[in-house]
This record gives sequence, C-alpha cells and structure tokens, in this order.
Amino acid sequence: MKTTLKSAAKRLGLAVGLAAAAVAPAAAWEPTKAVTLIIPAGTGGGADQMARFIQGVIQKHELLSKPVIVVNKGGGAGAEGFLEMKASASDPHKIIITLSNLFTTPLGTGTPFSWKDMKPVRMMALDQFILWVNAEKPYKTAKEYIDAVKEAPDRQFKMGGTGSKQEDQIITTAIEHETGGKKFTYVPYDGGGKVAVQLVGGHVDSSVNNPIEAVAQWRGGQLRPLCIFDTKRSTYTQKVTDSQSWADIPTCEESGLPTNYQMLRGIFTTKNATPEQVAFYADLLKKVMETPDWKEFMEKGAFNQTTMTGADFEAWLTDAEAKHRTLMQGAGFLAASAQ
Amino acid sequence: MEELAALAGGFAVAVTPYNIALMVLGIVLGVVIGVLPGLGGANGVAILLPLTFSMEPTSAIIMLTSIYWGALFGGAITAILFNIPGEPWSVATTFDGHPMAQRGKADEALVGAFTSSFVGAIFAVALITFLAPVVAKFALRFGPAEFFAVQFLTFASFIGMGRGSPAKTIASMCLGFALACVGLDGVTGSLRMTFGHEELLNGFKFLVAVIGLFGIGEILTSMEDGLKFSGADAKLRMDAVIRTWRQLPKMTGTFIRSCIVGCWMGITPGGATPASFMGYGLAKRFSKNGKNFGKGELEGVVAPETAAHAAGTAAMLPMLTLGIPGSPTAAVLLGGLLIWGLQPGPLLFVEQKDFVWGLIASMYMGNIVGLIIVLTCVPLFAAILRVPFSIVAPAIVVVCAIGAYTVNNAMFDVWMMLVFGVMGYLFSKLGYPLPPLVLALVLGDQAESSFRQAMLISQGDVSVFWSNWLCGAIMTLGVVMAFWPIVSAVIAKFKGPDHVARAA
Repeated sequence: MKTTLKSAAKRLGLAVGLAAAAVAPAAAWEPTKAVTLIIPAGTGGGADQMARFIQGVIQKHELLSKPVIVVNKGGGAGAEGFLEMKASASDPHKIIITLSNLFTTPLGTGTPFSWKDMKPVRMMALDQFILWVNAEKPYKTAKEYIDAVKEAPDRQFKMGGTGSKQEDQIITTAIEHETGGKKFTYVPYDGGGKVAVQLVGGHVDSSVNNPIEAVAQWRGGQLRPLCIFDTKRSTYTQKVTDSQSWADIPTCEESGLPTNYQMLRGIFTTKNATPEQVAFYADLLKKVMETPDWKEFMEKGAFNQTTMTGADFEAWLTDAEAKHRTLMQGAGFLAASAQ
Repeated sequence: MEELAALAGGFAVAVTPYNIALMVLGIVLGVVIGVLPGLGGANGVAILLPLTFSMEPTSAIIMLTSIYWGALFGGAITAILFNIPGEPWSVATTFDGHPMAQRGKADEALVGAFTSSFVGAIFAVALITFLAPVVAKFALRFGPAEFFAVQFLTFASFIGMGRGSPAKTIASMCLGFALACVGLDGVTGSLRMTFGHEELLNGFKFLVAVIGLFGIGEILTSMEDGLKFSGADAKLRMDAVIRTWRQLPKMTGTFIRSCIVGCWMGITPGGATPASFMGYGLAKRFSKNGKNFGKGELEGVVAPETAAHAAGTAAMLPMLTLGIPGSPTAAVLLGGLLIWGLQPGPLLFVEQKDFVWGLIASMYMGNIVGLIIVLTCVPLFAAILRVPFSIVAPAIVVVCAIGAYTVNNAMFDVWMMLVFGVMGYLFSKLGYPLPPLVLALVLGDQAESSFRQAMLISQGDVSVFWSNWLCGAIMTLGVVMAFWPIVSAVIAKFKGPDHVARAA
C-alpha cells in the first residue's frame, strides 16, 4: 500500500511538473473523447446554423483532435438542452450554445435552471434585431410607423415573431411602451424565416427579425428595415442592397424609439469544469473566431462582434438576466413558479 | 424556352464524373438512412453537412440532396416489408404496402413505391424548372387562415377512412390530438400536460409513436400468429418490374391527383407527411378500387408515395426562392446554403444561376440514378422476408429501439416506443384504427397553432376562414369532403330510386 501511495505521489509530482512546464503557452487540459455541442433549439434556426458552422470550422481547420458532435435538444423551448447540461455537471465534454431562451425559458415556463448551473466560456457575438415592415407600406421611418400605431385602434397592428414569451415578444412589449398605450396583436410563428415570409405576404404588419432571417427579402426589395435595436449603428459598411448597407439603418433610439435589445450567442460548458477546461474551450473558440470563414459569417448576419470571457462575461450575464426579469415581469410573462 | 437553355447549362455544371460519384454515394447513404427509422433525412443531412464545407457549393448540395432523395426512396422499404415506416411520410405506405407483402407481393409493392416516388419527383422538378417564380408568388398568399384551411382539408379527406365504427375513428383521432398537445404550447409559451416531468418537455414525437404503434405492434401480432411472416414463402421472380409497370397505366388518375396534391403541399409548405396522407385519402375516395384499400391494393401504395415524393421535391422551391424550408430536411439544407455563402431568397435565381440550375439538373439526375439503384435492389430487399422470423424479429426490435433513441437521444423514448407497441397491438385487437391517431399526432399541433394564429389575427372572428377566395374555397372543399358520405347519399337520391336500392 505504501509503495503504491509513494509511486502515486511520485507520478503526481511528475504530472504537476509536466503541467507547470506546459502551462505557459497552451492550456493544460485537452478533451479525451468526442465533445458534444448541444443546441437548445430545433434544426435550421439561428443557433443551429451557428453551432453547425462552428463545428464545420473546427473540422476544416483541424482545431481539435477529437470530433465535435452536434445534437439538437430543443424540447420545452430549449429546457431539454439546458437540463441535460445541469444534469451532467461533471462531464467537461459537453458544451452548449445559447440564445435568449437561456433567460426566457426558466422565467417563462418555470423550468428549474439558470445560467449559473453552467460555466460560461465565451460570448461569441451578439445577434441584432431590426424592425421590418413590408416595402409596399408607406412607413419610411420608425417614427412614422409608431405614429400610425398610435393613431389606429388598439391591437389593429399585427407583429409577427418567433415563439411566445421569447425575445421577439419581449421586444414587442418594449415597443408598446412608446405607443401611447396602444398594443400590437402579437402573432407567434415557429421560425424566423417563416415570419419574414409572412411579412412579405402581408399577413402581419411588422416583425423584429434578426438580420440574417430577413436579409434576402430586404435585398429583393420586399421588406424595409426601419431601425436597429442597438445603442450604436452597425459597423458593416459594405452595400447589402443597391443603395444601403447595414450601417445605414438608424438605431431605434435616434428614430425616437428608445429601445435596445441584443441576443446572446455564447458557449457554456458544464458547472464543475475546471479553470483549465474552461480556458481550453475559450482558446479553441478564439481560434474559430480568428478564421476568415467566421468573419464572413459575422458580416453576412450583421452580428455585433462583441466577445467576452471570464468575469466580464459573468457580469454581463448577471445584468442580462436581471434585465430579462424586469422586462418579462412588466409584460406579465413570468411563470407562477419563477415569480 | 429560356428555362431550357438554363437547364442545359445546369446539366453541364452537374454532370461531371465527380458529381455523379457523389450522387451515387449520397443516394446509397440516403437509402440506408431512410431504412433506419428515427435516423431521418434531416438528421442524415445535418450530420454530413460540416463535411461539405470545403467542397464546391454545387457539389455539396448535389451530395446532400441525393441523401434526401435516397431517404425518400428508402422510407418505403421497411414500411412495406415490416410495417415499420422508416420516415414519417411512409406511414401511409404501410396501409396497403404491408398487406401486399403479406400476400406475397412485396416485390410489386416495392417497385410500385419506387416508381411512383420517381414520377412524383420528376413532376415536381418540372414544375420547379418552368414555374418557379409564379409558384413562389402563390406561396406568399398563405397566411395562418390558409394554412389551417389546408390542414382542415387533410383531416377532412381522411375522415371515413376507418373501416370500423365512426365512434372508434373519432376516439382514435382525439387520442392523437391529446398526445400532440403534450409539451410546449407554441402560442402561449407555457408547458402543457407535462405534469412536472422533464421527459415530457419534448412531447410525444411522431416517429417514436409510429415506430412503436406500427413496428413493435406488428411484431407482437406476428408472434401471436405463430412466429412467422405471412408472405414469406412468396416466390421471388425477376420480372417484378415489368409485371408492376404493366399495372400502372390504369392508375393515371391517381398519379395526377397525387402529383398535384404533393406539389401543392410541398410549396405551401405543408410537407411530405400530410401530402402522403392526403394523397392516400383522396385516392381511396375517388378511385374505382377505393373500397379495397387497406387490403393490399397497389394503387394504395402509389397514391401516398407519389404525393410524398412530389411534396418532398417541391419543398425545395420555397427554400430556394423564399428562404423558408418546406420540410425539416430543407431547413437543414437552408442552413448549409448560408454557410456556403449563398443567400436563398428572391435573388438567388438571378445571382447564382450556375448553382440553382446545377441543383435543378441534379434533381433530375439524382432521381434517375436513385430509381435505377433501388429497382436493382428490389429482389435483395424482398429476399429479407425469407429470413426466418426468429432471426429477423430481434434485429427489427433492436433497429426500432435505436431509431426511437436517435430521435432525441433519450432513453425515455425507447420505453415510450414499447408502450406504444403494446398500444398498437391492443388497438388492432379491439378494432380501433391507427391512421386517425397518427394523422392527428403529426398534424395536430400545426393545425392548432395555425387556427390560433388565425384567431389572433382576426381577433376571434371565425369568418376569417372565408375572408378570401383561396381560403374560402379550400375550407368549403374541406367541409364537402368531411360530409362526403352524406353528400353522395343525397346525389344518389336525386338520381332515382334505382341507385338507392343498389347502394343499399
């Protein structure tokens, strides 16, 4: 027994020494088996696209010696995926991509989890929201549109959006603070692409689609962007249509609609992951973000390329969770058990 | 004829030895994926998507769409042989396909299924080739009210399908609706009927239910019948293709009806699964052989397969021109397009001519190659039935279990599959029809959310379903279909007492 202990100690010492030697440039931990990347949403949506893109970039540039397996666990507005992360707290081979349902699902459905049940790795980007109307409608600015809503009977204007009690409906509620008590009729659909097409078909009056969901219809002259829900204009100045770039879209604030909202596109790992494990993933994702493929992807979707790790990211998350709670409480979206 | 020139250009892009090789590879993979229940076309394409990032976009989409064609073909194989639909859209194929296999006509059923899949697909590709812009505009007219009208029509064309008592049909359908309600309610965003169980968050997935109800249920029934497949001793003859093709010209009406229904459902987008049910329902009602449906009628295989494949192919059209996927697989392909740097939407046909026409040309090619591959394999597939039950049955149970597990990567689904299996067995013992349950389970939540979206928009006014000619016409047609037994009785009465006497 003694000898085993001794040799174990010796080996441990050796391992510590090796780790110390290796610590300087590279992270000390590496996955020992395939890494599972969970998508808490269905196939084909924004989170799904980004996750599969990350998987593709890792594979193409051989950034990881072990394979990455992508699985969709979108049940219960993503609760299924988050609960799996919570249940496998000690398995560092699982990572998850998040969207706003990280906050809205526990608050709206009362499913017991929070971002604190996982370990934040890196904010990859923030997804933007834009107020869109059908190009055949006369509204040229957000102010004109909001004025029309103010003058019309209550609930006459229809806002199409993805899901219920999620980001699109939260933004709609926020807009309603500026319409003098007039409400929208919010119509929930099951995907952003569908919302954009319903807007083109004139079945709803406006949407708050993400840029990538509606860019094709904008370029085709069927939809018109009124304003972007960010504090600053987009930084992408390359022309998207014949005459306009993303940077030409005014912020909602400068159009007299003081509302802003962005959606987190971040990666988390499981709760009991060690600092080395978190550092490994943060570093891996940094390499992904440095590829030209990623930069092109960001520009196509007009993403806000803010990225954070560690304490900054945690502070951002705490803040965002509080913001969602306030917004959802104000709108009466909180589930009984989340109040 | 501008389209023909463009199409010729497309063939020049698509037909290279490299692309043909990818096509064959894709179709073989697709057939395997289609055969395995649970591992659907959408999963197969999603798994292989990252592999294609370093390929040319045209080659990549040729390979991925070939997987899709293969899966469309392959779904019918297990449906006919073992009563296990490999894909959701092959459920309706089991209704007559499996009885055919039991009567020793598995090879004819397979040839019929493959051939009609091919016909449906080619019809839809031709539509895409020549009418893409017009059709895309038409799809824009579909709002929630119109979607509900189409779903209502699907249900209506299916009422009266059950051979048993109408009360049992309604009971079965209601159970399907109840199962479809479990999980997240998309309109209010709250959980329904989960009773605090995390496993139920996802609801009852259609595939798990179908694998259990049909696959496991069938195994249980076969065990009772003395551990063998009926039809196993059928002689295998190599002339199955010619024998079947000779019967097909008589079914021209069914082919045309199913092609139109399929394209319509693919474009609007309703999807291949409702299309297959609607194709079957309509054929049963309007075909001369309608009353024999369910006993192993070739036409009952042709109708759903033609419609499903036409819909699956036509689903590519709204994806390319509008950026909305007409099926789950199209949704994954759509993600792929974005990753390859292509923006689907109104401008794709203008800006990416090579890609679009290469893809369309590959649709023709892929289906021809696919038909040749699956037809040559018919004797092989049919021979599986000659393997003793005691060897095949455990293998089927294992494949079913893997399939059920794959749907959500959840062990819970495997237990659910077994529960559904027992339920399927009891249903057939007690004379409750399964198809209404399955239809309600697959379409229930879509119909519900369309109805509620329409009600939100109209602020609770039901007349919204007759607010324009398109929606009104579909709804009226649906109502007529739902009451068809009464309508036909009235017609018979006006025709004179002779007919009534004969009908009675």
